Amino acid sequence: MFTAFFGSVEAGLIYAVMALGVYLSFRILDFPDLTVDGSFVTGAAVAAVLIINGTNPFIASFVALLAGFAAGCITGLLHTKGKINPLLSGILMMIALYSINLRIMGKSNVPLLQEETVITILVEWWQKIGVDQMIENALTSMNLVNFVPRTWAIVVLMAFVVIIIKVLLDQFLKTEIGLALRATGDNKKMISSFSANTDVLTIFGLGLSNALVAFSGALIAQYGGFSDVGMGIGMIIVGLASVIIGEALFGANSIARATLAVIGGAIVYRIVVTLALRVQFLETGDVKLITALIVIAALIFPQFIASQNEKRRKKLKSRLRGEGVAAAKKDYESI
Amino acid sequence: MLLQLKKITKVFNEGTLDEKIALQSIDLTLAPGDFVTIIGSNGAGKSTLMNIISGRLLPDTGSILINGKDVTEMSEHQRARYIGRVFQDPLAGTAPNMTIEENLALAYGRTRRRTLKFGVTKKRREFFRETLQTLQLGLENRLNAKVGLLSGGERQALSLLMATFTKPDLLLLDEHTAALDPARADLITRLTEEIVSQSKLTTLMVTHNMEQALKLGNRLIMMDKGQIIFAASGEEKKKLTVEKLLQEFQRIRGSQFVSDRAVLS
Repeated sequence: MFTAFFGSVEAGLIYAVMALGVYLSFRILDFPDLTVDGSFVTGAAVAAVLIINGTNPFIASFVALLAGFAAGCITGLLHTKGKINPLLSGILMMIALYSINLRIMGKSNVPLLQEETVITILVEWWQKIGVDQMIENALTSMNLVNFVPRTWAIVVLMAFVVIIIKVLLDQFLKTEIGLALRATGDNKKMISSFSANTDVLTIFGLGLSNALVAFSGALIAQYGGFSDVGMGIGMIIVGLASVIIGEALFGANSIARATLAVIGGAIVYRIVVTLALRVQFLETGDVKLITALIVIAALIFPQFIASQNEKRRKKLKSRLRGEGVAAAKKDYESI
Repeated sequence: MLLQLKKITKVFNEGTLDEKIALQSIDLTLAPGDFVTIIGSNGAGKSTLMNIISGRLLPDTGSILINGKDVTEMSEHQRARYIGRVFQDPLAGTAPNMTIEENLALAYGRTRRRTLKFGVTKKRREFFRETLQTLQLGLENRLNAKVGLLSGGERQALSLLMATFTKPDLLLLDEHTAALDPARADLITRLTEEIVSQSKLTTLMVTHNMEQALKLGNRLIMMDKGQIIFAASGEEKKKLTVEKLLQEFQRIRGSQFVSDRAVLS
């Protein structure tokens, strides 16, 4: 139980990078970008192929990020210069990337099990400094033997990576270019009247979004030990689920709050899926159905709660008004 | 000359049954500091003219010069370096999910290249606060409020400020008080007058309100069916009244001035 839980936090942190990318396109640019399903695999494929050919895994992951950036830019070009509807440009790019990903890998699955990856390097380094041993001793002395995971390396280091990306993203969105990017998603007419080129901003924003998605894909491939051409199917929904769950649970008043919420949402989503799969009659193949149900629930419940609150507030208000009238009547009669 | 329009023509749906000549060989010149108000009946081409100057639409023929520079082929965002704009819709000129100071930072970027420096710095925040004080709406104390929370009048006042505090060469006002209630419209009209005269902005204002057109500016233009049919400036404009304008229209066109929104008295 604990191991499964711990595993979902690890995976959740890596998927959080992808979710931040989806947040950037979906919320900041107001562009429902389906490229994600393809660019996630592009990241995984580029990293996997480079690693089995002996490239340093850190460099391989960075190249994967660049590949995602390029894919996003093309979607942006299709939409802005080709005047294709946002959903359609994403779908077209997603379909095109499926073939491109197969070309990159040369086959549908590239295993990385015996390879040195970012994950193995980091875990090795972590074990050298011996933090795990310390935590393990502490937990054992507290009689918490059941709560000793394989290693803390992935959780701690990935949390570190995700927080760095989050902070960089937060800061970027406060710069002059970042503000213009947000305004492009918020009020396009307005920002072009203030001399911003919304086409270039949209292209750049989608590039950045898919760069994060591809980077996440590269890390997932190294974490899971393989890259597969089908690993991106439904990824956009996973990203949306993370964004929506996160915002519903943790709020989205400011950018910094929203990006933190998205990371939280990605982790919560993984935990919910893990828990759901432990139910007897559900199978691994049901994951997509569960995801769809989670997203539907996360979309409907906040509305439902809000309308309930509104009703209650109105009832209260009308009662107060009624009391006010009664009080006024009393005053009037006493005169 | 600050703005020169030379033989601007625009036809919509050319060659179809719905063909509509929106502008017919318009010539218009604005000297620096001119404040021109434009009135006209429905479909006179006022909005088309504004959209052609701002670059939202391209003219079929003719050319547009700003400060002697030909901008006819320039895209909307490139031209925005010279032009400040306020739209009719009070929601159109601001970004609702961003704060007041972020909106001002966006407007501040109109004349310069945007960089990776922070949009709102301590120094700029102080400047924004001082600028907002001129509106006397108390917005300077709400720098971190989302603009979507402001009322329509407040948003339009903010839009006006954002379009003008960077001192554009040309200010375009497209019926910017039309969607507001009378009290708010008066406030925006007053602010417009103050800001334009203080910064000596060259301004082109479309309005449906004849009184406003007479009250503001040093020049007045009446448009009908894509043409400028009447123009007055200086002393001549000062002597004009709504009745005289209507008589003038009837004399030239031989028909009644038709506008479902024109405020005649």
